[in-house]
Amino acid sequence: MEAIVSILFLGLAYAMILYLISVGLSVTMGLMGFINLAHGVFAMAGGYITVTLMNRCGVSFGVALLVACVGVALLSIVLERCLYARLYGAGELEQVLFTIGLVFMAVAVVRKIWGPLPQPITVPPVLNGQINLGFRSFPTYRTFLIAVGLVLTLALWLGIERTNFGARLRAAVDNRRMAESLGINTGQLFTLSFALGSGLAALGGGLGADILAIDPGYAMEYLVYFLMVVAVGGLGSIRGPFVAALLLGIGDTACKYLVPQLGAFFIYLAMIALLLWRPAGLFGRS
Amino acid sequence: MAVDSPVAQLIRAHRLRPIELLPWVVAAAAYFLASGYLPLGSQIMIMILFALSLDLVLGYAGIVTLGQAAFFGVGAYAAGIYSVHVSGEPLSGLIVGAAAAAIVGVVSGAIILRTSGLTLLMLTLAITSLLEAAANDATAITGGNDGLQGVAINPVLGLFDFDLYGRTAYLYCLAVLFIAWLFVRRLVHSPFGQSLVGIRENAVRMHAIGTPVRHRLLTAYTISAALAGVAGALLTQTTQFVGLTVLSFERSGEIVIMLVLGGTGRIYGAFLGAAIYMIAQDQLAEADPVFWDFWIGLLLVLIVLFARGGILGLMDRLLSMVPRRR
Repeated sequence: MEAIVSILFLGLAYAMILYLISVGLSVTMGLMGFINLAHGVFAMAGGYITVTLMNRCGVSFGVALLVACVGVALLSIVLERCLYARLYGAGELEQVLFTIGLVFMAVAVVRKIWGPLPQPITVPPVLNGQINLGFRSFPTYRTFLIAVGLVLTLALWLGIERTNFGARLRAAVDNRRMAESLGINTGQLFTLSFALGSGLAALGGGLGADILAIDPGYAMEYLVYFLMVVAVGGLGSIRGPFVAALLLGIGDTACKYLVPQLGAFFIYLAMIALLLWRPAGLFGRS
Repeated sequence: MAVDSPVAQLIRAHRLRPIELLPWVVAAAAYFLASGYLPLGSQIMIMILFALSLDLVLGYAGIVTLGQAAFFGVGAYAAGIYSVHVSGEPLSGLIVGAAAAAIVGVVSGAIILRTSGLTLLMLTLAITSLLEAAANDATAITGGNDGLQGVAINPVLGLFDFDLYGRTAYLYCLAVLFIAWLFVRRLVHSPFGQSLVGIRENAVRMHAIGTPVRHRLLTAYTISAALAGVAGALLTQTTQFVGLTVLSFERSGEIVIMLVLGGTGRIYGAFLGAAIYMIAQDQLAEADPVFWDFWIGLLLVLIVLFARGGILGLMDRLLSMVPRRR
């Protein structure tokens, strides 16, 4: 019983980080059909900015996260307008190669500046230690992650379901041509959602720096996990990646805890089975 | 028959041009002139063979895969395990490597080729990772993280022993690559190869005119897997070691980069791309690996933005600018 609660709790915190990072990728792929393997770079950048601001400039955790989120979002607009936009009509292979090229360059730059070692993060003292939630106590930092993740998910869901921007975004994902015909500027819409997704990824990278260690291998190492969340969840969906992140986060934690030797093996097997059962993902439309 | 009828064009494409002998002249010359670089030469030829196998599925059939290392790795491990437990005879080892990879190819292909786009990409990635995790866990058979030890290879045909300088290994790789080249060249110019190009360009139309699309793709995928398996087996036999990296995502990515650098959908893209990449890596990567990654990344971005079709595609475009004399 104790073990199950621990697994669920740790898995949930992990899932929140995975979701925050991956949800933008899902929207990007759903809206433009763009296979962006460089999405992990935004999360990595967020992590590095957060850690560096805190460790070298003495900025507080919250401010550092905010700077990382906004900074990466702005940077991604430049990237999207200057580079990505040229490849929207291109084939899958071109998109894959182009974004892998970006990952290589980003990894090399990061390794040059920060070196190969993982960057340690010192969370504020408030988030250290344990917090008592009535029936038992939990690590404060992970409780905080879960709370922030849930709040952001709720905000995102409300934003997509209840606002005008969200309605236009959903329309464009469903049928881009029709949305264009109704006067929705899908190009601009895409730039905005791209920036939002990148900003969220940066936030996830910074928040989760203690779970997904910030090192130069980040963008490549966890790429498979982010892609899994998107592919299993279904493209262009907000709800799908959430369920997929929960499955992956809790499943991965459980596997590592219960069968440490075969953990990775089971995760890949489960994903293959899931994708064969539903090739378009859990909530995707084929 | 008019000179430019489609049939004449197809026949012309298949005819052996003198320049196609260039790689073999270079390879033969390198044997005599650059004897200190023979091990590198063997590595290059193995990578060329691997890139050729990828070209069949990615360049000709248009299946975007990031999991070609699965077959390379299975071939490498199969050949290694065969030499440790059964026999060190090299030619049968190649066949074992090819057969093992072909089995994995036909089974995984039958499952994953029903999908497309991101799902297909993820599945190729997942199958490679699955095999890598399995090879890591099955220490009793594969040696796990330490690699497979004790690979010993008998002389080729019972005559030519693998020497310390890599002479036999070089010629052995050269011979295998030459046979593979003849085979691939015949294959892509055959009606089967042409139908793959048709599927790449427009699968729906090929389906409509009666091509069994799924079946053709699966056949191509299996043949490609077998070739990649031969390449893996060659690596095992010439280095007498198998490590986990044969199944890594990096290896899949690297081979895609080599092929794209040379040019996809053309046989010699594999030759040129693999050779340039391996030589550049040998010269540059040792000095500064970080630098190397950066330039490879930049190169990929530039190829996609300005030079789709790789080096050979660029050369074609340059040549077409030169007015042709009659």
